[in-house]
Amino acid sequence: MERRRFFGKGFTLLAQYGLISSVFKRASAEPKDYDASKHYYGMGIQVNKCIGCGKCMEACKEENGVSKEPFYFRTWVERYSIKKDGEVIVQSIDPRIDTLGNTVSEKDVMRSFFVPKLCNQCDHPPCVQVCPVGATFKTDDGVILVDSERCIGCRYCIQACPYGARYLNPETSTADKCTFCYHRITKGMLPACVEVCPTQARIFGDTRSTASPLTRFKRMFKLHVLKPSLNTDPKVQYADLDGEVR
Amino acid sequence: MKRLLQKIPDSLLRVGSVFIVFITVVLLIRSLIPASLKNSEEHRNATVEREVAHPVKHAGSEVCADCHEQYELKKTGYHKNLACETCHGAAQAHSEDQEIKPVLNRKREACTLCHLFNPSRPTGFPQINPVVHNPGKQCITCHNPHDPKPPRVPKDCQACHEQIERTKAVSPHVQLDCTTCHTVNEQHKITPRVVKANIPNDRTFCGKCHANDSKIKETPKVDLSTHGEKYLCWECHYPHMPEVN
Repeated sequence: MERRRFFGKGFTLLAQYGLISSVFKRASAEPKDYDASKHYYGMGIQVNKCIGCGKCMEACKEENGVSKEPFYFRTWVERYSIKKDGEVIVQSIDPRIDTLGNTVSEKDVMRSFFVPKLCNQCDHPPCVQVCPVGATFKTDDGVILVDSERCIGCRYCIQACPYGARYLNPETSTADKCTFCYHRITKGMLPACVEVCPTQARIFGDTRSTASPLTRFKRMFKLHVLKPSLNTDPKVQYADLDGEVR
Repeated sequence: MKRLLQKIPDSLLRVGSVFIVFITVVLLIRSLIPASLKNSEEHRNATVEREVAHPVKHAGSEVCADCHEQYELKKTGYHKNLACETCHGAAQAHSEDQEIKPVLNRKREACTLCHLFNPSRPTGFPQINPVVHNPGKQCITCHNPHDPKPPRVPKDCQACHEQIERTKAVSPHVQLDCTTCHTVNEQHKITPRVVKANIPNDRTFCGKCHANDSKIKETPKVDLSTHGEKYLCWECHYPHMPEVN
């Protein structure tokens, strides 16, 4: 009799625990007045406006708590130098060390410009496809997120990303990436890089909106995406993009 | 019932009880694993929840406007599109607790981060050559960072042709006045589209400095009769930013 009561009570408790925890988790998954299915975010980048100051990189690290070491970036800026002989030199700039970062003689350069880069938040993301444990996924508002509790740190997604946007977080040893500052955009704020960009080279908005800065950007400029042949369908679009940019 | 139990061989009962214990243990362990790890919908929601809960560090300029009058000044100047936090760093903590001070960098490097001449920067963006532009002096002695203006009010050409002025300022032609090449009728300042400024119209004009027989010593020289064939100089060289190589 004792044993039976013990098991009975045990099972009821377990059932209650499961029920309560699942209900609790479902209820508080998202902020109350935010409906992810009503948004679909994208970014526009006007290459001609970037001055390579690196404020976006700095702000991103601060906002998202990315490791301060110069190997981990959620967004970064590349300096393209196309030489007279056609050779293309790409350098990732680090404004704290040397703004110019010139290893190419100015005399040999035909044209040169900065290209800001970040996760392209692809509509058909290769990183999501390859994850063996389903730790990375696309949210209803189109942002690719990583579940750091499920990620096993196998680095498969880092290899699969054609844009080199992912890195292994040295603190958690899990894959990490740009989230479009998900904690900010769900509160109606701009991503940190867009907020601090001094020349408005980055435009952020809702792709479905009829009157957002992004929609205006899409009407005004001739747009292109990075590596269109891969059919990743990026949501980060570039204006004034040079053909040499990879 | 008792007879039925007795009919079952003892060994089978033992195996059966071990099996039941095994099932119970598996069920127990399963119930202990958080739901978010079993159900992909659950674990996605948990991830979204975790991302949303991430603390905001950049407050946005509107928050600054409540207390700081410089915001009003900034709104009309050349820096109107800059967020406060572009220069002052993340300030959400400061907006909640005034004891935590944001960054206040008065060094030259804080300005040259954007305004140092760099050939990769877009043409026309205001840049300086730090060697000739008041070396060692703090930028804020002449320029107010919340309303940056040239220390003198732009007059003559640069009032309208600001982008050309800035481009020329970091080019080898920096020493030349606009009037060296352009003759400007006074009427151009009143009706700029009707009366236009004169621009040079032949190769010999540039030749005054750049031909082999020119009396000016420092300029690069070319042989006008063979260099560039039928083309006018400015069809290859942009006079406000001539490439020296």
